[in-house]
Amino acid sequence: MGDNTLVLGHRLSEWCGLGPALEEDIALANTALDLIGQTQMWLGLAAEVEEQGRDADDLAMLRDVWDFRNLLLVERPNGDFGLTMMRSFLFDHWHHAMLSRLTASSDERVAAIAAKAVKEVSYHAERSAEMVIGLGDGTEESHRRMRAALDTLWPYTGEMFVNDDVDERLARAGIAPLPTDLRGGWEETVRDILARATLTVPEEGFAHAGGRSGARHSEHLGHMLTQMQWLQRAYPGATW
Amino acid sequence: MWTLLATIPDPEIPVISITDLGIVRSVDLRGATCRVAITPTYSGCPATSVIALSVEMALSDAGLTPMIETRIDPPWTTDWLTDAARDKLRRYGIAPPSPGGGPDACPQCGSARVTRVSQFGSTPCKAHWRCDDCLEPFDYFKCH
Repeated sequence: MGDNTLVLGHRLSEWCGLGPALEEDIALANTALDLIGQTQMWLGLAAEVEEQGRDADDLAMLRDVWDFRNLLLVERPNGDFGLTMMRSFLFDHWHHAMLSRLTASSDERVAAIAAKAVKEVSYHAERSAEMVIGLGDGTEESHRRMRAALDTLWPYTGEMFVNDDVDERLARAGIAPLPTDLRGGWEETVRDILARATLTVPEEGFAHAGGRSGARHSEHLGHMLTQMQWLQRAYPGATW
Repeated sequence: MWTLLATIPDPEIPVISITDLGIVRSVDLRGATCRVAITPTYSGCPATSVIALSVEMALSDAGLTPMIETRIDPPWTTDWLTDAARDKLRRYGIAPPSPGGGPDACPQCGSARVTRVSQFGSTPCKAHWRCDDCLEPFDYFKCH
């Protein structure tokens, strides 16, 4: 959860000062801020649980590509504004569904973070859905770009719903839902919104994977970390 | 102790205090040690660390040893804003949160004809609206 919010939060912050309109720039920066705030809570908890004397900053700034456990979707580069909004839309609705379920986690700390985060994410999901509808059902040019964005990103959504051994263990302990259990609700919501955006979901079922396991991140994550971590790497222990 | 904390302004909306905002959850004074639990409004709100610092300084100035604790459970809600805070916000030009999900009226002229510009505003807790009568843009404190 923390790696997803960190990577997407960083990606969205890359728009700061470059948004297509002042309101959009502010909205992207606000969303990035929420996600980075959530990262502090998730990675803070992860550091506490692993008991190796690391903190949230260490996990964010001093791990290399193969140690990240984020979805490949969130490390995709920003592309144009449409691609950015489509990426957020596909992620936000999964994020919202996952957090809603995590509020009932048997682990009190997980439940507390989820209860805090889900309120913020409901705004993200509402906005990205409105944006996808507005642009998809917009001009010929905006529709064309949104269709291209959906075709590009759809194969990265399958990874959200694949269970691994860790998921099975967490589900048995009542800590987190099985990823497969979220698929139905997500698809229903996302397909309904895409239909209102006059966009057609690609039929091909191929799904990229390897982000959540860390085994096969795309080259994009390495480039992103180079930029995100350079200061801490160049000046170890530097503080704000 | 609460009276002292009530003098600390919110760094982003200085017209209301941190107790008006409802983020001070508990205050516990034992000897010279004062433990204060604060609930952040939004997880990434940059004001959170400034608020913690202000509380620390106010308590130190009062000759106490401050212990600041961040408590996220239960999560902060705008229901914790005091009625006084709502009035202060309105007078300051910020529409207070409303259960309907949008402002009741323009805080400048009172007109009910208002339009949302963006769900996101100058800070995480606010949205950007505009009055259709006086045409002034204004901040709306989001329901959360």
